[in-house]
Amino acid sequence: MAIKDLPVEECYIPGCAACPGCPATMALRVVYKALGRNTVKIIPACCTAVIESLHPHTSFDIPTMNIAFEAAAAGASGVEAGFRMQGKTDITVVAWAGDGGTYDIGIQALSGALERNTNFIYICYNNEIYSNTGIQRSGATPYGAWTTTTVTGKTEFRKEMGEIIQAHHIPYAAQTCIAYPEDLFKKLQKAKSIHGPKYVEIMAPCPPGWRFPMEKTVEMGTMAVETGAWALYEVENDKVTFNGRSKLILEGKIERKPIEDWIKYQGRFRHLFKPKKDIKRIKAIEDHIDQMWERYRKCYQ
Amino acid sequence: MKKYDVVTTISYPKKGAMGKTGNWRVFRPILDKKKCVKCLRCWIYCPEATIIRNKDDSVDIDYVYCKGCGICANVCKVKAITLEREGKKK
Ligand SMILES: Cc1ncc(C[n+]2csc(CCOP(=O)(O)OP(=O)(O)O)c2C)c(N)n1
Ligand code: SF4
Ligand code: SF4
Ligand code: SF4
Repeated sequence: MAIKDLPVEECYIPGCAACPGCPATMALRVVYKALGRNTVKIIPACCTAVIESLHPHTSFDIPTMNIAFEAAAAGASGVEAGFRMQGKTDITVVAWAGDGGTYDIGIQALSGALERNTNFIYICYNNEIYSNTGIQRSGATPYGAWTTTTVTGKTEFRKEMGEIIQAHHIPYAAQTCIAYPEDLFKKLQKAKSIHGPKYVEIMAPCPPGWRFPMEKTVEMGTMAVETGAWALYEVENDKVTFNGRSKLILEGKIERKPIEDWIKYQGRFRHLFKPKKDIKRIKAIEDHIDQMWERYRKCYQ
Repeated sequence: MKKYDVVTTISYPKKGAMGKTGNWRVFRPILDKKKCVKCLRCWIYCPEATIIRNKDDSVDIDYVYCKGCGICANVCKVKAITLEREGKKK
């Protein structure tokens, strides 16, 4: 698949409230292209609830329901059940939430919906922070990163949501990234074609949250994958396949790039380089990623 | 019997729901059609959907809503898009 094969039709309308260079709208455009118009979206509190823009207008040309921060998957469960009772089984129900709404406050509703075998797609766009409320740490924030609640750098490592999702043994789960629109498109089309609960997580580098220039969103996504900080993979009924560059890293065909190549361009890690390079903490980040890949190799080959 | 009305607020799709976001721009992307190889990278990566994809896969820029993030210029491999400061004297 090439970029030109992606549909021309847009369900995202220009002139929204997102910051320039926003990864969420970048991803949303492709998500809409993959899922098509016969889709209903459930959005909890997160940047996207603002990006939608102000009542009485919205920038999304697809039916959307807003719901409380913790309730995306619960809301989607209700919408799906409602459609099912009306015999409307061809509508794609999708919950779309940030990492705060997924890793932290919404995890109970999400786990419940997966366990109940709800026929829906849950998408987490992961910008590794609570960005809507001004950059607080989340369970997805990486070790060492500055946020307004971790001013000297986060002291804990991020949780591995992929493994938590896999413990539910759902028919389809995938990780992708805004820098790889074809990968994102393919994974969502596949998710749409499968019955039951599906989970897709999108790495979404956020310029104001990570403190990098707004024209670099795509590069930050590419480097997240090339340094191995983020992996592209999909899990179908417990069978794991790595994709693209992540596959080459897993098979040892290419080396992952040093993590410095990614973090030194992000202001949120500046204190690891200035006034003096913090070799210990940079190594801790590197080791953590090595451990992650060790686990990937052990469990998934 | 008392009638309960369900009160909800519904918003409807509209271009420029936050106004003419082109006003936010500091840098203006300028496209050189002679250099463009129609790879559509700028089109797929534009976060604002303001790169318009034409039937022949050529592209145009919608300046009314383009926020001037510069991503299109950054992802173009043949440098067909350059950034120019808004209001610069010609
Ligand atoms: C119960 C509750 N607590 C707190 C908030 C305030 N709040 C709104 S959005 C948000 C952050 C959302 O973060 P995330 O889910 O990561 O999405 P992002 O903003 O990064 O897109 C918070 C804390 C809320 N709306 N409801
Ligand atoms: S803070 Fe980040 S995710 Fe939120 S609208 Fe701005 S760029 Fe997008
Ligand atoms: S500058 Fe940004 S918003 Fe404007 S056309 Fe380019 S990518 Fe789109
Ligand atoms: S990225 Fe450059 S070459 Fe490709 S379509 Fe856009 S302007 Fe043309």
